[in-house]
Amino acid sequence: MIFDGIQCYHDRLRSGLQTVRAEVLACLERIHRYESYGAFLEVYAEEALAKADALDAQGFGGDLAPLTGVVVGVKDNICYKNHRLTAGSHILEGFVSLYSATVVERLEEAGAVIIGRLNCDEFAMGSSNENSAFGPVRNPLDPDRVPGGSSGGSAAAVAFGGCHLSLGTDTGGSVRQPASYCGLVGIKPTYGRVSRHGIVAFGSSFDQVGVFGEHLEDAVTLLSCISGADDHDATCTASPGEPLNTSSSNGPYRLGYSPEWLENPALSPVWRQRMQEAMKTWEEAGHTLVPCSVQGLECAIPVYYILATAEASSNLSRYAGMHYGYRSPEAHSLETTLKKSRSQGFGPEVQRRILLGTFVLSEGYYDAYYAKAQKVRRQLKDRFDQVFESCDAFVLPTTAGSAFRLGEKSSDPLAMYLEDQFTVLANLTGLPALSIPFGPDTNGMPLGLQFMGPSFGEAALFEITGRLQALVPNIQPL
Amino acid sequence: MKVNLETLERITHLARLEWDPDRADAMLEDMNRFLEYARVLDQAPTEGVAPLVYMNENGLPPREDRVIAETNHEEALMNAPSKDSDYFRVPKVLKKSGG
Repeated sequence: MIFDGIQCYHDRLRSGLQTVRAEVLACLERIHRYESYGAFLEVYAEEALAKADALDAQGFGGDLAPLTGVVVGVKDNICYKNHRLTAGSHILEGFVSLYSATVVERLEEAGAVIIGRLNCDEFAMGSSNENSAFGPVRNPLDPDRVPGGSSGGSAAAVAFGGCHLSLGTDTGGSVRQPASYCGLVGIKPTYGRVSRHGIVAFGSSFDQVGVFGEHLEDAVTLLSCISGADDHDATCTASPGEPLNTSSSNGPYRLGYSPEWLENPALSPVWRQRMQEAMKTWEEAGHTLVPCSVQGLECAIPVYYILATAEASSNLSRYAGMHYGYRSPEAHSLETTLKKSRSQGFGPEVQRRILLGTFVLSEGYYDAYYAKAQKVRRQLKDRFDQVFESCDAFVLPTTAGSAFRLGEKSSDPLAMYLEDQFTVLANLTGLPALSIPFGPDTNGMPLGLQFMGPSFGEAALFEITGRLQALVPNIQPL
Repeated sequence: MKVNLETLERITHLARLEWDPDRADAMLEDMNRFLEYARVLDQAPTEGVAPLVYMNENGLPPREDRVIAETNHEEALMNAPSKDSDYFRVPKVLKKSGG
C-alpha cells in the first residue's frame, strides 16, 4: 500500500504534519522512477506544484472539499482545456482540447491536483495497452506483464504511486480489467451516472467514465465527485451530489452467482478455489448465495464486438483530416484526404474495428449482425434485471486469470477480445460493476473479483462490496 | 457467412480507409475468425424481441433551448491541419470547369 487513503491524508494536512506540496513531490519522484513503464504521456509537474502551493497557502481549517490535495491522473481520452489529448493515437497528435470534460471540471471543483495524462490503448480499443501509438504500458507488479487495458496507464500510475487516484473509461471492461491486473479497485458506474461530455467517443451506448484507487472508499469518493446530471450530456440522468458512500443496506445480503461460470474451464483454478472459500465464509456470516442461470455468456462477446465496433465506425468517421487531427502529406483531393489521413493516422486494431463495424452495418448484413445483436442485448439486460429482483448483488470473476505477458496475445485479436467476457456484461446491460483485488494467483499476480448491482444501485453495491471484502481476509489488497 | 476480398474492398472504401492488398489477407482472416465465432448468435432465439437501441429507454430530460456559444473563431481553427486567418484550408474538391 502506497497511499493510506484520503481520510488519513486530510487528517495529516489539517494537523500540519504534511503539505500537499510534499505529497505532489513524492508522486513526481515515483513518476520519474517508473518512467520506463510508460504510464504517463505527459506530466503536469509545474501546474501540479502551483496548485499544491495554492492549497497549502489556503490552509486546511474547516470543511475540506472532498478531493482537496488529492493527486489524480487522467486518461488520455478525457479532455482537459488547453492541454494535449491524443486518445493514444497518431491521428490526434498535437491536438489541444478547447474545453474540459465535465468530469475534469468537477475534479477541479473538488480540490484535486491533476498530475498528468495517462497512456491508453488507441481510442480505448484494447485489453493490454499494447495498442497505444505511444508505446505499451508495463505492469508495475511485473514489468514483463501487461497492466491490462484500455486504461492501462490509469491503473499502472495508481499502482506505482504516481497519483492517488485516476480516471479511466470503461466501454467493455477497460477500467475493471486493468484494476484487476494491477491489484486495484476499479469502478464502472451505471450508464448515465457520469457525464460523457468531453470524453473521446468510442461506443456511445457503452462508454462510461470509471475510477481507480487502492481503496474502495477513495474510489467511491472520486466517483461521487464526478457523478450527476450535466446539460452537456442528455444521457447522464443521475442526480448530482447523490451520496454514494452511505447506504442503509445492512444485510444479510442475497448474492447471485452462476454455478456454470464457476465451472468455466478457462477460469483460473486459484480464482475458483478462492471463490468457493469466500462463498462459504459469506454463508457462515448469514448471507445467502443464490444460484442464477444466466444463459448466453457465450453471446456476450459477439454481441459486444458487433455493437461496439458499429458505434465506433460511426463515431470515428469524424477523423477526416479536415478540422483537426492528422492530415496526410499525400492528401491532394477529398478522397485522398480522407483515406490517406485515416489509414496513416489510425493503428491496425482501430482499422480492424472500423472495418468490422462498417461491415455489420452495411447493406445485406445489418439484420444478421447488428439488429440481431441488439435483440440479444435486450435479452441479456432483461435477464440481469430479473437477477436483481431476487439478489442484492451478483458476484463473478473480473477476468479468467491474472495479467498475461507482453506480446502473449497481441497477434491474436480473438483471444484478446475474450479477455472481456466477464466485464462486457455490465456494459451491455448498462449496470454498475466494480472489481476488487482477489489474489494472488499462483504466479504472484493479483486476480479480481467483480460485483454487479442493479441500475443506479451504486450506494448499496459499494456497501455490500465493502462488507463482504472485510469478511474474506485473502481478498484484501496484496 | 464469410467475407471475401471483394466485400472487404467495398467496406474498406465505405469506411474511407485505403485499400492495401498486402494487408488484406490478414484482415480478412481476422474478420472471418470473429464472424465464425459470432455464429453462436444464430442459435439465440430472438423472435418477437425488440432491439435494444438506446440505454435511456425512460426518455431523456429536456432542457431549455438556448444558445451557448462556447467556441470562438480562433479556437475553432486552433487544431486545423491547414488554415488561413479565417477558414479551414482543404485540398481542391472541384475540378476546373470549361466555362
